[in-house]
Amino acid sequence: MEAILTINNLTKKFGYLTAVKNLSFTINKGNVYGILGPNGSGKSTTLGIVLNVVNKTQGDFHWFDGTISTHDALKKVGAIIERPNFYAYMTAEQNLKLVCRIKGVDYAKIDEKLEIVGLLDRKTHKFRTYSLGMKQRLAIASALLNDPEILILDEPTNGLDPQGIHQIRQIIKNIAANGTTILLASHLLDEVEKVCTHVVVLRKGEKLYSGRVDEMINSHGFFELKADKHEELLRVLEAHNTIDKVKVEDELITAFLNAPMSASEFNQFMFNQNILLSHLVKRKESLEEQFLQLTDQQ
Amino acid sequence: MLRLIQLELQKLWLNKASRVLIIISFILPFTVLILSSIKINFFGFFTLELGELGIFNFPIIWHITTFFAAQFKFFFAIVVVSMIGNEYSNKTLKQNLIDGLSKKEFILSKFYTIVFFSLCATILIGLATFFIGMYYSSYTEAAIIFREVDFLLAYFVKLVGFFSLCLFLGMLVKRSAFALGFLFILFISESIIYGLMKWRIDGEIADKIHNFFPLQSMWNLINQPIQRIVMTKFPDKVDMAYDYALHGYEVAIVLGWTAIFVLLSYQLLKKRDL
Repeated sequence: MEAILTINNLTKKFGYLTAVKNLSFTINKGNVYGILGPNGSGKSTTLGIVLNVVNKTQGDFHWFDGTISTHDALKKVGAIIERPNFYAYMTAEQNLKLVCRIKGVDYAKIDEKLEIVGLLDRKTHKFRTYSLGMKQRLAIASALLNDPEILILDEPTNGLDPQGIHQIRQIIKNIAANGTTILLASHLLDEVEKVCTHVVVLRKGEKLYSGRVDEMINSHGFFELKADKHEELLRVLEAHNTIDKVKVEDELITAFLNAPMSASEFNQFMFNQNILLSHLVKRKESLEEQFLQLTDQQ
Repeated sequence: MLRLIQLELQKLWLNKASRVLIIISFILPFTVLILSSIKINFFGFFTLELGELGIFNFPIIWHITTFFAAQFKFFFAIVVVSMIGNEYSNKTLKQNLIDGLSKKEFILSKFYTIVFFSLCATILIGLATFFIGMYYSSYTEAAIIFREVDFLLAYFVKLVGFFSLCLFLGMLVKRSAFALGFLFILFISESIIYGLMKWRIDGEIADKIHNFFPLQSMWNLINQPIQRIVMTKFPDKVDMAYDYALHGYEVAIVLGWTAIFVLLSYQLLKKRDL
């Protein structure tokens, strides 16, 4: 697979504080990556380093095959960080023209990208008249101007209202569907879960996990069950050897698996035991549950 | 290079405040020049015509116009510090770098703009001086007209040097108002240090060191012309004679400072985490 960004043993110290500790991972073309971690776990610092605005203390990183300088590589990257930074006194169009000049992109792209984020009719309005949601969408349009090989988004839905969050998510999904590589930093797990295929989990500047979302923890999922014969069901579950542990909350029983088992297989088994289930759902742990397990373990 | 200048000019020109300041810094010196060159009749009591004093004669006119026009450099100095301050406060500097501008290009785009502006100002002052001189001057032989045209060079170097200092101060403190404050502090401390040196050590050595101070070295490029005007009226007063000519070493000192300021600005940006 073609590597877009390679990070090797990257370390960043702010005085006594180590914001990023010996971090290594690779971003490959075509995947949607999430960088997960609580506030202050070094997500933004890591992105700042690879985006040429924060100086690294140790280690190294390179874009693409490592033959071009960072600032030239950034011309093939689209990135927005934390909050949208534009010139308040310029219109959306003028702001994007400036970005075109920096990136060496044709002005014809401006209308095309404003269309994608739904701001075409507001392009002659000054940036300072925009709402936060519109500013964030303009930032995405700006990041897309050069048809980037990779789109980097740092907390893109921070501070937005539910409608704005939904709009931004929809745009990200559409972009991902076109095959653009995306790197999304967020502490909102459901956000990452909805769009990402791969995750890098950070805590206190250290990498806890990097890989596919569904392989993050060794798990075969769990069943959520209800039955009229509640006590009997519990007894059968305890005796079953592929059931690891059982959790009971009122009527709802959660049974965790330690080996693969399909829902229909399980249903058949229960039927043979003469237990009729009134509720059967097979689920995998949500990213949030996986994340909490992972950060608890270590 | 053209790309970098275009980039910066777009940022400046679309900003109302800096546009107004740029226009003022171009127009004000001219209004003063033109006003001083017309006859002002004070209700029939007397007429004031500065042209009669001989200050619009070649070659002294080059000295006078560049000296007075240089006093208006402060307006563009505000533009220079605010173009750095705004980039920091709006975080657009960060965005520019993320968009693929290198730190070197960022500093260069500011510096090229400074050179571009200084060049425009120099050409305009040169043309205006030439025409006013042709109109008023008693001497119109080419040899005399172009004798002290090197004051234009001094003017250009002085502007570039001064604005580079502003650029550096802007990069250093990141806030436009504080940068201007620093400029004022530098101005005062140069005088204080000069005074102390004169008091503690030999006057001549103090003078020599003083000439290497940034603001003083820029001042030295175009010495004040008042004394010279008076001298033309009283040619026999030899003790008033002073060295007002432009010297190569004066230009070299200011160019040295310019290089230092630009390089330091770059180093500051390079070291900084944004």
